[in-house]
Amino acid sequence: MKEVQVDVNRCVGCKSCEIACAVEHSRTKELFNAVFEEITPRRRVFVQAAGECSVPVSCRHCEQAFCIRVCPTGAMYRDEASQTVLHNDLRCIGCGFCELACPFGAVARSAGSKLVVKCDRCPDREIPACVGACPTKALLFLTPEETQRRKRSALAEQMCLPEEWRSEAGGQRSES
Amino acid sequence: MGERSIDKASLEMINKAAQDGIETAWDRYEKQQPQCGFGLLGICCRNCNMGPCRIDPFGDEPQEGVCGATADTIAARNLLRMIAAGAAAHSDHGRDIVTTLYETASGETQGYQIKDEEKLRALAVEFGIPAEGRSKEEIARDLAREAMEEFGMVKGTLHFLNRAPEKRRQLWDKVGVKPRGIDREVVDVMHRTHMGVDTDYVNLTLQGVRAGLSDGWGGSMFATEFSDVLFGTPQPVKRQSNLGVLKAEDVNIVVHGHEPVLSDMIVQAAKEEELLAAAREKGAAGINVCGMCCTGNEILMRHGVPVAGNFLQQELAVVTGAVEAMVVDVQCIMPSLPTVAACYHTRVISTSPKARFPGAEHVPFSEQTAWDTARKIVKMAIDNFPRRKKELVRIPEEKMEYMAGFSVEAIVKALGGSLDPLLDAIKAGQIKGIAAIVGCNNPKIRHDYGHVALTRELIKNDVLVVQTGCAAIASAKAGLLLPEAAEEAGPGLGAVCKAVGIPPVLHMGSCVDISRILVTAAAIANALGVDMSELPAAGAAPEWMSEKAVSIGSYVIGSGIFTVLGTVPPVLGAKKFTELLTKGAQDVLGAAFAVETDPLKAAGLILEHIAAKRKGLGLES
Repeated sequence: MKEVQVDVNRCVGCKSCEIACAVEHSRTKELFNAVFEEITPRRRVFVQAAGECSVPVSCRHCEQAFCIRVCPTGAMYRDEASQTVLHNDLRCIGCGFCELACPFGAVARSAGSKLVVKCDRCPDREIPACVGACPTKALLFLTPEETQRRKRSALAEQMCLPEEWRSEAGGQRSES
Repeated sequence: MGERSIDKASLEMINKAAQDGIETAWDRYEKQQPQCGFGLLGICCRNCNMGPCRIDPFGDEPQEGVCGATADTIAARNLLRMIAAGAAAHSDHGRDIVTTLYETASGETQGYQIKDEEKLRALAVEFGIPAEGRSKEEIARDLAREAMEEFGMVKGTLHFLNRAPEKRRQLWDKVGVKPRGIDREVVDVMHRTHMGVDTDYVNLTLQGVRAGLSDGWGGSMFATEFSDVLFGTPQPVKRQSNLGVLKAEDVNIVVHGHEPVLSDMIVQAAKEEELLAAAREKGAAGINVCGMCCTGNEILMRHGVPVAGNFLQQELAVVTGAVEAMVVDVQCIMPSLPTVAACYHTRVISTSPKARFPGAEHVPFSEQTAWDTARKIVKMAIDNFPRRKKELVRIPEEKMEYMAGFSVEAIVKALGGSLDPLLDAIKAGQIKGIAAIVGCNNPKIRHDYGHVALTRELIKNDVLVVQTGCAAIASAKAGLLLPEAAEEAGPGLGAVCKAVGIPPVLHMGSCVDISRILVTAAAIANALGVDMSELPAAGAAPEWMSEKAVSIGSYVIGSGIFTVLGTVPPVLGAKKFTELLTKGAQDVLGAAFAVETDPLKAAGLILEHIAAKRKGLGLES
């Protein structure tokens, strides 16, 4: 199952993901119209500054989802098919427990209301809007295996010395 | 978006570009997706180094920049800077023409002469310069000096504003938007958009209008009028358009950019017997000078030179593999040209000290040595002919005849000596109104579709269309600039066109020549004794992209004419500012903007507007 992954080194803090997220969760799904909608569309990803770095933060769709556990009405639930943590507006009473429980601050409120909104991983899209909008590929949509392989492969490339250096570094030549 | 262009020649060359491994503007546009939402909405500010700052467009924090600027302040300041850049580009072009006239009259240039003495003398009267018993050179020197004054301006206001109807001038005075000098308004914009100066979006907008007016009724109008004096006032001419005008057997020179100073000279030089002989010696049949963009429009209006295409076709012309030299001056020249040209034999030759392109050859152009430079450039193209890579040559077959050259003078002449027949046709309802369709190409909209679809819909509904710039070239390629296109017009407009022998779409020149449209609209308003805002007239820029278009939009609105934009301006993140541009301006200036990306719906807006204005004038709809 693919998840939204973050390559922190590549985030330049442009907030393109935030805008794309709000537009995707608007009625018209189109930027120029979305800004004029009566119910202001909300973003569910937040670019958080940390010193010189910036990190896009959104729901991790946790296995042990505290937000689901604390929700008194069952508004917060796990969708078995997609394994995502989703939120049902109709059941939400706006108590904010899920907001308190989330370790990442990834649960937000609707405009002018106490009802909450959160990442639904864009069920209508192949790739979540935030990932599609990221101009630097800081946001990626990969399986955990792909993510780890990507890291290992980067490390391997770094470790790979030019051929002429290999024996000195104690490596073995394939022909020997 | 579907296909990238409605033009077959362009589509063929887009495919060839892909085969040849060439990236074009459309490919680069795709790579830019998604474009920055803050930029699209106009709510990022880089005017000081406390920033860059952005406003959240969905009402979240932050709602102010570090300095406290709101979305409305930021978007207004940004748009103002676009207007300033656009006005500067047009007006600096105007200044170059004025300078060329002055130096020509002083005997300091090479190859130029004053071609339209009648127009010179009429302008002298307009500017209060004594003309009786004086030579054209003496008059031209005084006139050009007077014009130079108006760029810096110390006394009063621009002369050409007097061409506007009395009511409009009074409104400009009342609202406080009468330009005080061409350069000054640009400087004023740059000053007041600096950190911590003007933060009131209404006050900023008014200055935007003033800067725009200094372009339309100033810099651009000087460019048009003085070019007519120097190079001749356009009269109807016929020739051909589109990439098919390139000739396999000729040395092809494409002149691209905006000013006529160099291109006019290249057109002359290419006719010189010695150079023609040199071309034959290299195995070519002749020398084929073609235009591109507004340089193309300048020379086609005056010499009936073939036009190879509009803005988005500049790379495609090189992709034909048949262009020996692409000669450029200023504005709308893609930085990509030398890269594209490197895959073929094409020499990209830059000429202006203001515009150099890494990878291009630079041949500095000056009016003092214009003829020699023009000959040198033609020679460079000839020398390049044998280097043509035959296996890469493919010239599309498409070409279409056009009739252009409709200066105000030419229109009056075509109507039999006055604008009266046009006025009568409007009053009688044969012609419902006039629409000016102008502006660029933009990969955000299918190439030429915005222009052609809007134009067809309007003429079908008996609206006379006047055009300049890349819009006019789109119409040329679609065959709409021919008298036979009257068949596509509604019965009223069609009958008028057939009676007078003109096309239903009139090509009035380059983008600075929108000043000709202002002059026409003012003359009609004066004849009817009304303000320009009362005319059944509208403007449209269906495929606009450049800052010049923003300046144009502001002076067209400032002149009281409703304008529809076909690509979305970067303002929608600022609610109150958007409201001002699309509604509030109506109460202040008698005209406002509309944004409509569908050209057929844009036609609907224009027809509705024209019907309302006709009603206002007591004319039958």
